[in-house]
Amino acid sequence: MSEWILEMENITKEFSGVKALDRVSIKVRPGEIHALCGENGAGKSTLMNVLSGVYPHGTFTGVIKIRGEEVKFNSVRESSAAGISIIHQELNLIPELGVYENIFLGDELARGGVISISAMQVEAQKLLERFKLQVSPDAKTKNLGIGEQQLVEIAKAIKNKADILVLDEPTAALTDREVDIILEIIRDLKQNGTSIIYISHKLKEVMSIADTITVLRDGKTIGTNAVADMSESKIITMMVGRDISTLFPKREASLGAVALEVVNWSVRDSQTGREVVQNASFEVREGEILGVAGLIGAGRTELVSSIFGAYEGQTQGTVRVFGKEVHIKGPADAMKHGIGLVTEDRKEQGLVLNMDVQRNTSLAKLASGFGLNVLNDVGEFSIVHDVIRRLNVKLHSLTTPVRTLSGGNQQKVVVAKWMLIHPKILILDEPTRGIDVGAKYEIYELMNELTSSGIAVVMVSSELPEVLGMSDRILVMAYGRVQGILPRSEANEVKVMELAMGGN
Amino acid sequence: MPDFDNLTSMNDSKRSLFGRLNIRAYTMVIALVGLWVLFSALTHGLFIVPRNLSNLFEQSAETAILAVGMTLVIVSAEIDLSVGSLTGLSGGVAAICQVTFHWNTVLSIVAGLLVGLIFGLFQGWWVAYQHVPSFIVTLGGMLIFRGILIGLTNGTSIAPLSNSFLDISQAYLSKLIGIILGVLVIAVYLFMMFRQRRVRTKMQFPQKALGSQLATAIAVVVLSAAFVYVMNLYSGIPVPVLILLVVAAIFTFLATRTRFGRHVYALGGNREAARMSGIPVRRRILTVFALSGLLAGLTGVVLIARMGAGTADAGTNFELDAIAACVIGGSSLMGGVGSVPGSIIGALVMGSIDNGMSILNAAPFWQYVVKGLIIILAVWFDMSSKYRKGNS
Repeated sequence: MSEWILEMENITKEFSGVKALDRVSIKVRPGEIHALCGENGAGKSTLMNVLSGVYPHGTFTGVIKIRGEEVKFNSVRESSAAGISIIHQELNLIPELGVYENIFLGDELARGGVISISAMQVEAQKLLERFKLQVSPDAKTKNLGIGEQQLVEIAKAIKNKADILVLDEPTAALTDREVDIILEIIRDLKQNGTSIIYISHKLKEVMSIADTITVLRDGKTIGTNAVADMSESKIITMMVGRDISTLFPKREASLGAVALEVVNWSVRDSQTGREVVQNASFEVREGEILGVAGLIGAGRTELVSSIFGAYEGQTQGTVRVFGKEVHIKGPADAMKHGIGLVTEDRKEQGLVLNMDVQRNTSLAKLASGFGLNVLNDVGEFSIVHDVIRRLNVKLHSLTTPVRTLSGGNQQKVVVAKWMLIHPKILILDEPTRGIDVGAKYEIYELMNELTSSGIAVVMVSSELPEVLGMSDRILVMAYGRVQGILPRSEANEVKVMELAMGGN
Repeated sequence: MPDFDNLTSMNDSKRSLFGRLNIRAYTMVIALVGLWVLFSALTHGLFIVPRNLSNLFEQSAETAILAVGMTLVIVSAEIDLSVGSLTGLSGGVAAICQVTFHWNTVLSIVAGLLVGLIFGLFQGWWVAYQHVPSFIVTLGGMLIFRGILIGLTNGTSIAPLSNSFLDISQAYLSKLIGIILGVLVIAVYLFMMFRQRRVRTKMQFPQKALGSQLATAIAVVVLSAAFVYVMNLYSGIPVPVLILLVVAAIFTFLATRTRFGRHVYALGGNREAARMSGIPVRRRILTVFALSGLLAGLTGVVLIARMGAGTADAGTNFELDAIAACVIGGSSLMGGVGSVPGSIIGALVMGSIDNGMSILNAAPFWQYVVKGLIIILAVWFDMSSKYRKGNS
């Protein structure tokens, strides 16, 4: 028997020329809990997708060995047959089915081709007891809390004695009590010889449970150490340790009056009832860029979209625009108060992909007003043409459907749309996600241009260098709360990351 | 604004007129011509005589009016299954107003239109503000309206209607008025075209290519003249066709030249993006269903005028013809794509099949089979060309 149950060696995975993984290696011992740490986008999930066969053999380079023997998975089915089980960050349960049906989904117990419901219920009951879950096996899954559903997901994964269990952020949405249950179960599994790859942003959990820690950064393995040789601050340094390059255009901020002031702002999701933003307070001045940092799920998008009136949920607290309290009921209201929001997901929320560039760009400008207002196509063409020119969008013609543009140009069209309403406050949610370096730089320049004309900018970003390079002040969120607001002079990657991890 | 290098997009008149994705509508114009040639050959010319063409347009008008309203519904990524029943109910109410309560023709028509509008609003409210899927709301509406109609008519025919009412469907414009209208349409078209060119010259904007614009203009002139001429060879332009042309003009304008229309295309293409851009999505959807209901009311009036009575089964299955016309004419049930002229062409395709096959004395069941196949083929043609493009 090999010393390693799993070896991944020199894994390289490219997405259209961009290396998401660059010769990454990780080795796991039998019965070991191996933690995988890294920033958003460091390559953790990609690596696990390579392991599980989501990216089939041949779409990446490198070698995967299980118990010393090379394996070539072409599908998730093949990897799970080899004893690898992955629990993803997002829940993969079918809400309308019963708990036991979800646990046995795709693997129903059957006798002579007929599924045996009672056998599955009995088995499910045993698993639920082990997880200290006080729910009936035939309860509808959608009636369970998020934490309970997460536990069901894990139960589903371990019912078939996985040799290697991968947990991707299993505790992100859980209460402390549920986290304790999961950690206990993980230790229990380890006792029984299961190897576990544990991905988490919560470094305290990692330190308490892991045997070995591997840190990834920008698709590269930074280091693998026994937990005894690690500390939280050492992990953070390894995660972020890079120099801020000259990627960001310089600018002199000249601040004006307070443009947007948010006081004790709380948001409750109307579907889950969870409080996704708690007592957030901040202000932004004219000519200022306020960066909003935090890990995925920290509540940043919820914060900005609820201020814009676009979040489905109840809000509490006060928003003031230039000192005057406002009650924003929807995007149209927000626009009336001079607020624009460049949404996080340009394809889902930003663009009408089948429409041409001209109509997409003028969408917000033409959203208000009487429906019978006759369009002035010459005027529309003229203003759209100007702003598209100004943003240097590369396209053949304004009647090009926006879906045929590159990501960077699509993003510029979304920004152009909001420029046309002449906002006083512009919120940008992940403005440079998935676009090339050149387009990024142009968007940064544009942000500087906007602030120099007195516009207040709020920029949500998961890319730390971007936040540090562009912002005058940096607001850091974790678990729905504002953990701190750092002036640019005091901020550095380690400080921001510490706050984003929820510690002090 | 002197320099436009490679942004000279407005040249592309065809694209901006119908939108890039309506290749299907163009294909269907060709298919329609092909169909007419085929039927003319098979019927030894009986199909193409003025009398029959007049009939064809008249028969297609009802489906076409419904299809115009349905276009907006489908473009907004919704569906309206109730328009057939609502057509019957609106017509039935108009007939009862006149026959039972002796209202004059104008008031009876207004009553019919109001029934359509109010029930359209009712359904729109459920869809837009109560989040019930439109398929369900209008499926319910289809049953409810039919039920009310059966109750109101007791299963009997409501007749007789006055002559002035019957004129809505059975009269023709005098030949002189037809010619005047034709000349007017041509004059307005040319005037608009030249005014647009003048505005653009003044603003130093790129002109549409003169050649393609002239070609379009010639096509419009020739088709309008030919249409009036052929109709006048028989009895003149049928009134239902005039009604359709007016409806088509108004709704084409609404769809392409107003904020309302722009919003409908946007919210059909991506509702979330439309909402995030501040478009009043719910109000627009309410309006779309109200307009669809109103046009169902109008169709009901035209229908009972043609049949001479309000009946319990009037308008049955009209919704399917209307949906089919939209789909043949290039609308996408995914929303965001479709055009009023396209849907009218779709209605003409459906009407031509009905008409041509009747002349051929084909058994009625063949009409169903052929129409069904045409619907599938129309969309298949579109999909397969798209798929090829996607692969290359």
